[in-house]
Amino acid sequence: MSNNNVETFYDDYVIRGFTVMAVVWGVVGMLMGVIIAAQLAFPELNLGLSWTSFGRLRPLHTNAVIFAFGGCALFATSYYVVQRTSQTKLAFPLLARYTFWGYQAVIVAAAISLPLGYTQGKEYAELEWPIDLLLLVVWVMYALVFFGTIANRKIKHIYVANWFYGAFIIVVALLHIVNSAAIPAEWMKSYSAYAGVQDAMVQWWYGHNAVGFFLTAGFLGMMYYFVPKQAERPVYSYRLSIVHFWGLIFTYMWAGSHHLHYTALPDWTQSVGMVLSLILLAPSWGGMINGMMTMSGAWHKLRDDPILRFLIVSLSFYGMSTFEGPMMAIKTVNALSHYTDWTVGHVHSGALGWVGFVSMGSIYFLVPRLYGLKQMYSKKAIELHFWLATIGVVLYITAMWISGVTAGLMWRAINDDGTLTYTFVESVKAMHPFYVIRMIGGLMYVSGMMIMLWNVLKTVQAGQATLARIPSTVAHA
Amino acid sequence: MDITDLRSIATVAALITFVGIWVWAWSGRHKKDFDEAARLPLEGDE
Repeated sequence: MSNNNVETFYDDYVIRGFTVMAVVWGVVGMLMGVIIAAQLAFPELNLGLSWTSFGRLRPLHTNAVIFAFGGCALFATSYYVVQRTSQTKLAFPLLARYTFWGYQAVIVAAAISLPLGYTQGKEYAELEWPIDLLLLVVWVMYALVFFGTIANRKIKHIYVANWFYGAFIIVVALLHIVNSAAIPAEWMKSYSAYAGVQDAMVQWWYGHNAVGFFLTAGFLGMMYYFVPKQAERPVYSYRLSIVHFWGLIFTYMWAGSHHLHYTALPDWTQSVGMVLSLILLAPSWGGMINGMMTMSGAWHKLRDDPILRFLIVSLSFYGMSTFEGPMMAIKTVNALSHYTDWTVGHVHSGALGWVGFVSMGSIYFLVPRLYGLKQMYSKKAIELHFWLATIGVVLYITAMWISGVTAGLMWRAINDDGTLTYTFVESVKAMHPFYVIRMIGGLMYVSGMMIMLWNVLKTVQAGQATLARIPSTVAHA
Repeated sequence: MDITDLRSIATVAALITFVGIWVWAWSGRHKKDFDEAARLPLEGDE
């Protein structure tokens, strides 16, 4: 009774910041992707400058879309979901604000240092040690806010979305600390703490778990909250969601070595990675079916609800890429696919189709609610965004499949006397038309994102930041 | 006992734990709790 007034409203202040910045960084990161796609098709677009060369802009693209766009979307939705499903406001509100400004500082530092050529040379872990340390501080604050909120919950049960978000926060901390371990040589220059094939194994243990926990577990947290919310029905099977969670936790950690097939890595380690990747198909599809079946009896809603369509199509891409992934982890398939554009297509089917769509759907859900409105400024614009994005992804991934398989077959073609049938440049020439198609697909995808930015800014302008009331929780107390 | 035995034990223990979680989730005793938990997203705001 005494402290009722302090526990009346949710703390959505930083959620607004993270949500809008997710869209802004989405436009920036995807535009960077289109620029480097254009450079691959037309190399003169490198402009002959080191700062604008492919090798420096490519990590800028990957960091911007994964960590700036995806990261901001994860911060925003996790803070939103953990409050609503715990029916309490964020713990440590000041720390929550520091996570916002700290994380934006990391992104800006990346955007400056990567084009200048500062890099640790590890894929998806390029940032140099001072930025790594800043990120570590931000991440510890994030964990304190998230788990502090869970500790303060007014509901006995910890909803499954929070388990996924919690695993994402813990594992990303673990991955970041282990893989970024380095000996600083000077300001913005360091050497990895590992050497040789161990370094490669640590890097791809990190790399694949970044896919598993940053790009999957976190976004599954989103899926388990926003799909039921937008479909207005509880998740199809709660017990399946529990097995989905533990299935991913027990298998993902060991799949990373499939990135190192036919390398100096011991053969048994490669096989472990292949087998565990194949096992991963089961929990992944269990989760996809769980999300899809949540729609049963409500499929008609897809007809006129573009937000729900974003969420459900994201699940189809989750299913597609988690089928393709295990298949590509089979060593004999990998012998064809590795080092070709097939890998690039696979990554983008997951990143654009699954991660992108589920974030967009969730952000379209969030924005009006954070600004005291019932819906987005323009529903037609969401429709347009949906179709631009869908056609863009399909163009992108089919172009990369054809290009990748073509190149893979040309590289392994051998004449009767044992010489190579094709020179390398012949395969590059065969890939060229598909590089142009990929660029067009990417252009469509980023156009959709720009429409989203316009729609979000219009909605923010029309509404105003409102305080959302925490429901009285007598029923669950 | 060498490190390979420890690794084997850890792997088998992990498998048993996972199957245990599965059996626990499917046992039916928690149906009411799970149904309540599944409704949480629909009850978090006014």
